[in-house]
Amino acid sequence: MTNEAIILAGLAGVLFSAAPIVFAVIGETISERAGVINLSMNGTILLSAMGGFAVSLASGSLILGFVAGAAIGALVALVVAFASITLKQSQVAVGFVLTLLCRDLSYFLGNPIMGQTGPRLPQLVLPGLAQIPILGPLFFQQDIMTYLSFAVVILAWIFIFKTKAGLELRGIGEKPAAAYVRGSKVEGLRYLYVAVGGALAGLAGPMYSLSVKAGWKGTISGLDGIGWIALAITIFGGWNPFRAAMGAWLFAFLQWLGLVLQPSLPGIPSQVLQVAPFPLMILTLLLVNLGNAEWVERSLARLPEKARKRAAKILRAMRATPPAALGTPFEKD
Amino acid sequence: MSHNRPTRLAFDVGGVVLAFVLTTLVLVAAKAPPLQAFYNILLGAAGNWDVAANVIVSWVPLVLATSGLLITFTVGLWNIGIEGQIILGGVFSTWALRTFQNSSLDPALILAIAVVAGMAGGALWAMLAGALKTFGGVNEIFGGLGLNFVATAINLWLIFGPWKRPGVASMSGTLPFDPKLWLPTLTPESRLAPASVVIAIVAIVAVFALVQGTYFGLRLKAVGRNPKAAYVLGVKTWQHMMAAFALCGLFAGLAGSMQVLAVYHRLIPSISSGYGYLGLMVAMLVNYSVPLAAPVALFFAALNVGSIQLPIVLKLDSSLAGVLQGSLVLLVLLTKGAKERLLGKAAK
Repeated sequence: MTNEAIILAGLAGVLFSAAPIVFAVIGETISERAGVINLSMNGTILLSAMGGFAVSLASGSLILGFVAGAAIGALVALVVAFASITLKQSQVAVGFVLTLLCRDLSYFLGNPIMGQTGPRLPQLVLPGLAQIPILGPLFFQQDIMTYLSFAVVILAWIFIFKTKAGLELRGIGEKPAAAYVRGSKVEGLRYLYVAVGGALAGLAGPMYSLSVKAGWKGTISGLDGIGWIALAITIFGGWNPFRAAMGAWLFAFLQWLGLVLQPSLPGIPSQVLQVAPFPLMILTLLLVNLGNAEWVERSLARLPEKARKRAAKILRAMRATPPAALGTPFEKD
Repeated sequence: MSHNRPTRLAFDVGGVVLAFVLTTLVLVAAKAPPLQAFYNILLGAAGNWDVAANVIVSWVPLVLATSGLLITFTVGLWNIGIEGQIILGGVFSTWALRTFQNSSLDPALILAIAVVAGMAGGALWAMLAGALKTFGGVNEIFGGLGLNFVATAINLWLIFGPWKRPGVASMSGTLPFDPKLWLPTLTPESRLAPASVVIAIVAIVAVFALVQGTYFGLRLKAVGRNPKAAYVLGVKTWQHMMAAFALCGLFAGLAGSMQVLAVYHRLIPSISSGYGYLGLMVAMLVNYSVPLAAPVALFFAALNVGSIQLPIVLKLDSSLAGVLQGSLVLLVLLTKGAKERLLGKAAK
């Protein structure tokens, strides 16, 4: 293989390994657009990875595995919805408990199937398209879920910003009272979108256990932590599907870069390079949030007109403002 | 409508009962004998003096983490970054021991320096999350989570890099310290250090006094209830949040410090052992009440220690403890919500 081919294969691998994160981030984006933080992400991914693998193993069907993953994700999300929307409990508290509960459930229930070899999602080379130089090996020699990860980004963007239902979705997350007055069934819709978001995130699990990191290996599956990343990337993505997907790809790219650079950085242990993207994620979180901080606005006001406009422009480009009603319950009266 | 005490109590008890029912269902689903599993946990936590002592060993960091979290919860903060603060406590304590172990200082003094260093490390890391929130507008949950990963990276880097064992670095951690730098234990074989238990008790009592008996605690509560109103009334909001972060960090750092000085006698990759997250669960389960935190933490510690034998005796994964803990917190939250919904907010 030439150097160019090696790099192309590496970048194709980045898109492949980012695909589950893309699904999780888009799912969380939809849920948060509706005003509900689903903090259970890390547990959801682990439980749906184990559940999807177990179902596939027992039935021999890949499709059933993915269906099971989505169902688990939707079910966990519905618990968050019920506790926060109907029972008015803290979304963060319920989500956090579910994170740990689902993680331990996956380890406990997955114990008997640990280390077994199950079905694995095959590569699906798209005839014709795969022969295009550069783009072919990069985009068109993936598996079906990776193709769908591209599609889900585009579809989510169109849905959120270009459809009437998407407008309503944004409405119940931004100004639920106003949406209610205009006739939106705020609570029912929140249930719906939290479940849909949970189902999308639930697909990320089987994408790992049936493809990216095939199998179930309990605590050493290497999946613990990915859900937290997905939550951080959702913020980085500013609740916009395209920006969110960019975040997922950037994260996977940085992890790949860590692997590639390792031989030339012998002083740094591999365990450190694997977590190296995290400080960078914090830095980006800081950058996208900086525009929201009060002292930044105050010090901007002191700058001369021209510099102020330029600085404000840069900050606005990076800035991500959460849906106004995110995390708060909706009271009809 | 009966808003009487028995009805309300029925909801609280109902939550706990439902949690055991849920866990039993999980056991049945795993084709395991539920009664035998619960009995084995009991045996594993209270069957003899050795395991009972191990429960106390596990209670110390848990109650220290919970103590700190009760302060951040009082001011309305979700200090999820506590895991990282525990890790930094362990790292700073290890650093202090490494620095002074070959000096002529008295071992007791070196240990004291290590404890203070650990507390400083935890506080530093907590204030970093506080600074990200105050000056960067980064929500403490996401800043804290990110800092947890960074703390893990720092810890691993030290264990596999500058502080690695002579010869080959390994997941078993740094080289153990000289026994004269171990916190004295009850008996030579025991892992139970009376000093660490005293520290944990002092911590929870101090938090109780702070929250219930001082003006500072009252101001923390005011900020927690309604930051805007508190600000208008002259309470310096972000300064109090920062102080709460720092205080929580002190306790978290102390927990990490105790793990190094009293339990492992070295720095290991999983030095925080999830005690920070478990502390969050304890705080939620007791509905942020300080007096209840200590006994519930003891119960959670007993579940953790009691389930260690499950893989050997019943071929069950020890994560059963986590399943029961998670079910308890989840169902207590849900029944609390149901109680408020059915009996009205006054039932709180």
